[in-house]
Amino acid sequence: MLDVLVRGARVIDPASGLDETADVWVVAGRVQRIAPRLDLPAERIEETRVVDGAGLWLVPGFFDMHVHLREPGEEYKETIATGTASAVSGGYAAVACMPNTNPVNDCAPVTEFILKRAEQAGSCTVFPVGAISKGLRGKELSEFGELRAAGAVAVTDDGRPVTDGRLMRRALEYARRFDLVVISHAEDLSLSEGGLMNEGAMSTRLGLRGIPWVAESAMVARDLMLAELTGSRIHIAHVSTEASVRLIREAKSRGVPVTAETAPHYFTLSDDVLSGFDTVYKVNPPLRSREDRKAVKEALADGTIDCIATDHAPHSLLEKDIEFEYAASGMIGLESAFPLVCGLVHEGVLTPGGAIAALTWNPARILDVPVGRLQEGAPATFTLVDPNAEYVIDADSFQSKSRNCPFHGRRVKGRVLLTAVEGKAAFVYRKP
Amino acid sequence: MQFSRKDLLGIRELEAFEIEHILQTAESFKEVNLRSIKKVPTLRGKTVVHLFYEPSTRTRTSFDIAAKRLSADTFSITASTSSMVKGETFLDTVKNLEAMKPDVLIVRHSASGAPHRIAARTSASVINAGDGMHEHPSQALLDMLTIRQHAGRLEGLTVLIVGDLAHSRVARSNIWGLTRMGSRVVVCGPPTLIPPHMDRMGAEVHDRLQEVIPEADVIMVLRLQKERQDQMLLPSLREYAVYYGVDRDKLRHARKDVLIMHPGPMNRGVEISPDVADGPSSLILDQVTNGVAVRMALLYLLIQREGAASGTADPSV
Ligand SMILES: [Zn+2]
Ligand SMILES: [Zn+2]
Repeated sequence: MLDVLVRGARVIDPASGLDETADVWVVAGRVQRIAPRLDLPAERIEETRVVDGAGLWLVPGFFDMHVHLREPGEEYKETIATGTASAVSGGYAAVACMPNTNPVNDCAPVTEFILKRAEQAGSCTVFPVGAISKGLRGKELSEFGELRAAGAVAVTDDGRPVTDGRLMRRALEYARRFDLVVISHAEDLSLSEGGLMNEGAMSTRLGLRGIPWVAESAMVARDLMLAELTGSRIHIAHVSTEASVRLIREAKSRGVPVTAETAPHYFTLSDDVLSGFDTVYKVNPPLRSREDRKAVKEALADGTIDCIATDHAPHSLLEKDIEFEYAASGMIGLESAFPLVCGLVHEGVLTPGGAIAALTWNPARILDVPVGRLQEGAPATFTLVDPNAEYVIDADSFQSKSRNCPFHGRRVKGRVLLTAVEGKAAFVYRKP
Repeated sequence: MQFSRKDLLGIRELEAFEIEHILQTAESFKEVNLRSIKKVPTLRGKTVVHLFYEPSTRTRTSFDIAAKRLSADTFSITASTSSMVKGETFLDTVKNLEAMKPDVLIVRHSASGAPHRIAARTSASVINAGDGMHEHPSQALLDMLTIRQHAGRLEGLTVLIVGDLAHSRVARSNIWGLTRMGSRVVVCGPPTLIPPHMDRMGAEVHDRLQEVIPEADVIMVLRLQKERQDQMLLPSLREYAVYYGVDRDKLRHARKDVLIMHPGPMNRGVEISPDVADGPSSLILDQVTNGVAVRMALLYLLIQREGAASGTADPSV
């Protein structure tokens, strides 16, 4: 259990609107005080570690509401142990894991298994997300009540869209009874089928079948209208196009209960990185055009997109080191997210408070989970970062089992120094 | 001049002088193909492996004849398209091949970019013999050689490419190559078969064939895959033939000396009418003949790159 005094860090807690230089005193793993200047009682000085926080930010532990932990079923790609170790070294104190495991998380035993594993082997808090449909087959609703009771915090068929509009409507209606948010992986399969990358000048040049922006945005439009019809909350996952942003912005302005996330790769990369057929850049939705990337950044800046999730999707070389056409979609993201988000702050796209809100309080509010804020008296869950530390991302140092990180070798600014989860130091950065 | 590349993966990365050098080398090999004994010892002791993930008798035979006329030993390996299916990964196959120390791998694959991934993993030279919808560089080179032989030049010509541009690696390689050599390239096909932003590749894009035919010095007709109809890209082959099939009637307003080309195999009566395919303007068989010369040139230039020091490679022998 931590006994620590962080002196003079910039303390940012979007939940309470706090953003000022302060001292944070943790006693026996609990946040004792947050105040501009704290003097320790003489008898405590001995056992308290004092950390100079000058130039650092002390913020709530990050919460990633969209990761794939692969356990159960594909433990060779990632396990709950390695995935959560990866999370804490990226500054995350909590993650929500998607149900497309094997077996699918569509019933209580799987949810319970995930929670049990997370307790035994996990480095951080894990919130399971249940499936909308049994087996992700898109035919019948899974038992939301049972899932909720077992600990699921939302439902989604992520990895696949809910193709049947009627099923999506019923999911939205039924989820309300159990206070579950429905998360939409928006993709019109009839428009995206066979596609390998964003449709545009680059796909034409490379001769790779394209996925048009409308494959995402047409489905976003449907789901926004279903949310309006049912009055239920919908959350749009991994927003990647300008048109989706426009639709969400318009829906929000009319009061439709919608929230949205994007991932660091959609505001950092565009489809021109695919020129060498490198499968590490193959994701779904695909990396889009520069105009889309710009629209995603603007949407983060004006709050149209509420939060940043990584869609951490580990794959082994078996799925990635093959022909582009047959390679699996997805990239890992937990250990590269913070410097990329921090990049938006250095670029002037987001304020520090805005960036931290997108990583903490906003996703916590969307899923209504008790994380993502700093509170006196609560177990100490916080992240200490140096927003100005420059370095080169080295995927070989990652805790994730997989290496499908497109940012390996990239020069970035912003490093996670310490992740405290419920009073314990779950990650401490050590110079190599 | 020495050709310094390890691989030939696409036309897009070639400079004009490199294309020129390949074409000139091919010219000198054309003569070998006219001899009564069509064999030179240039590549004796060298191993050329045909690695075909997609069947193609024509291209493979052409490369094979080219290699044999240069006295190389050749081997053919046909692999299943998706290597994942067998549990052996794509790169396992390449590593196994690598252990057999080939000098050149000629790779044909239905997935765009596959030869690039192989090239990055092997010390052998890799020739892309067609990858997905991406490139087919040896075809474009033989097309350029054929056009130059009959029109006397490439610079300033208008080359019209007609048909399924979206799925054609031949079209892509030709657009890069011809525009780099100073030709004007006009592409024409139904809007469903023209991919987005093809103009950014340097071609002018049209969808009304009759309007552009009069400007063409060369008309390159692409093969139409019959399954395009099932993919909702075309209502019928019949309607395609009416609007985009190159026939006598549409050629009424063409230049008298217009040249007609087709990479083969042809769907006679669909994208090209039999009388045009076999007519006096047709260069289709010349293309096949030139294919061997171009492929000899490619093998020679790539192997010479490493063999030059030992003096084993000399086309005049
Ligand atoms: Zn998804
Ligand atoms: Zn996902």
